[in-house]
Amino acid sequence: MKKVFLSLLLFPLGVLAAEGGYRLDASPHDVNNLVSLQSGARTFVNYCLGCHGAQYVRYKSLTELGIPEAQIRENLLFTGEKVGDMMKTPMPAQAKQWFGVVPPDLSVIARSRGADWLYTYLRAFYRDPKTATGWNNAVFPNVGMPHALWMLQGEMHYDPETHKWTEISKGTMSRTEYDATVRDLVAFLSYVSEPAASERKIIGIMVILFLALVMFPLTYWLKKEYWKDVK
Amino acid sequence: MGTMVSRLWAWFDARMPSLAEQWKIHAAEYYAPKNFNFWYYFGSLAGMVLVIQIVSGIFLTMNYKPDAALAFGSVEYIMRDVSAGWLIRYIHSTGASAFFIVIYLHMFRGLLYGSYKEPRELVWIFGVLIYLTLMGEAFFGYLLPWGQMSYWGAQVIVNLFGTVPFIGPDLALWIRGDYVVSDVTLNRFFALHVIAFPLVLLGLIVAHILALHDVGSNNPDGVEIKKHKDSSGHPLDGIPFHPYYTVKDLVGAVVFLVIFCAVLFFAPEMGGYFLEANNFIPADPLKTPEHIAPVWYFTPYYSILRAVPPLFASQFPGVVAMGVAVMILFFLPWLDRSAVRSIRYRGRLYKWALGVFVVVFFILGYLGVNPTTVWGQFGFDAFFLDTKDRATWVARVCTLLYFGFFFLMPWYTARDEVKPVPERVTA
Repeated sequence: MKKVFLSLLLFPLGVLAAEGGYRLDASPHDVNNLVSLQSGARTFVNYCLGCHGAQYVRYKSLTELGIPEAQIRENLLFTGEKVGDMMKTPMPAQAKQWFGVVPPDLSVIARSRGADWLYTYLRAFYRDPKTATGWNNAVFPNVGMPHALWMLQGEMHYDPETHKWTEISKGTMSRTEYDATVRDLVAFLSYVSEPAASERKIIGIMVILFLALVMFPLTYWLKKEYWKDVK
Repeated sequence: MGTMVSRLWAWFDARMPSLAEQWKIHAAEYYAPKNFNFWYYFGSLAGMVLVIQIVSGIFLTMNYKPDAALAFGSVEYIMRDVSAGWLIRYIHSTGASAFFIVIYLHMFRGLLYGSYKEPRELVWIFGVLIYLTLMGEAFFGYLLPWGQMSYWGAQVIVNLFGTVPFIGPDLALWIRGDYVVSDVTLNRFFALHVIAFPLVLLGLIVAHILALHDVGSNNPDGVEIKKHKDSSGHPLDGIPFHPYYTVKDLVGAVVFLVIFCAVLFFAPEMGGYFLEANNFIPADPLKTPEHIAPVWYFTPYYSILRAVPPLFASQFPGVVAMGVAVMILFFLPWLDRSAVRSIRYRGRLYKWALGVFVVVFFILGYLGVNPTTVWGQFGFDAFFLDTKDRATWVARVCTLLYFGFFFLMPWYTARDEVKPVPERVTA
């Protein structure tokens, strides 16, 4: 009977349709690695925030990643924001005309897209003269976004028919360095999508231990005691 | 100290004797069969989940903003800036799915042991009304986070009402209060979710329990414990609900909470089934998601809706089928012609029918969360194939079996070979 209950509970987890067809790489990020999160935060502020906001995230919340407030003020605030402000983008309203879409807010992008998707997407840009920006993406075909990190990665060529990648020009980073940068960025995006995630698991362990080790024996014993006289 | 309490109690009792009276009727002297098993936990669990939902819901309303421009952001505000806000929100979102799991198991218990049969028809009918109200409550609540799935799910379901001949479009307009799901819709759904439907729900639950306590609980043997009483007039096979079942249900509550907390703290999204990935994208009236699926607890009915082919380009037949699929539950007490209640003493026919029904319900539920292309297409063509999607045809067969369970019930339950029912309850 427990089995019935469990299967009902887990039903129907069998499938999660993968989209598009391009195989997603498993993201190797670790949301508990502070160094990685700090590096991701830096990349985010330098390369993403120009166009994308994270309007539900406060700059101040970066102190949780071990970045002191003074450093946030000096290194991460460019346009007169306060530390308690939300990470809003300076991107003007014309964005829609420039890119065809308003660059989406990234506060919870890791929850809607998933970390694997982000990790693969940010490493799947290629040169395509047929698009308005000159860039295309293997994971998100005809995406409106140009390759914001291209100076780091360099330019790639991709053939959607044969799935072959070839290098056109080198960037400032090696392939492993670039992958690590993206990994850190994905770690940061995953973190800000649910800052309470680590705390939630710690509290969860305590709550479940309390229920299982204190409440269960207590109530079970109480029941046993009362039911002794039920024949 | 002891005398203080007893004097205070005496003071109350002198002025409001009905308090002690009610306690006796519904707890201390409500005699329940002593042979309740695993399946009898889910009534009290449903009550507990209701309390969890009301309390967490009250705290959510303190920071939630029912405004199309602010709703999505206010949920994120709760998740980030409100103390323990994430906890309150996950309790409520996990609780919604937990409510349906518990209710489905509670209803299945009724099917197992014939709890709806005479004289408990009203208990069952109030129960089905609770289930219907809960569906409405869940539907209204799902719009509130104002994500893409909230928005388009509501759009699709309100459009179902639009398929009703003649009055449909006006009806849909009346429900939305606008030509599309909008700020107006969000505001009224908020009102319905936080006060109107919870009130109805509470009233129905009181009626459900009053009706139950008037006729007495059924049990896994389906025998009437009131037939055999001791010299003081208490059923021989009955035990007072309090303390025996209060302490027993307490154990059930703890076990339930362990599972509930495991989901809540370690998998609040439940792989995208309790919180859908698309719902982390703010509602966009101009951008329809590729695949709109309702939350898992509605998907068996959604499958039935999709399985029925349109008639004169209208989805109305599917909507009717979906409605009948739920409404048929009301008639269960009269569809079942069996002489016995419990599955323990029923024959092979009912056991098979119930088994098939459960399997079919799962398959329909599974298909409802997926696009109709999930199982590919038939490789051949034939004049009767209006669609080549295999899943649609499986859903059609399952829909027939679903309705067969109910519509053929008078026939197969009357013919089923039943075993003799014992006089008293067994272990």
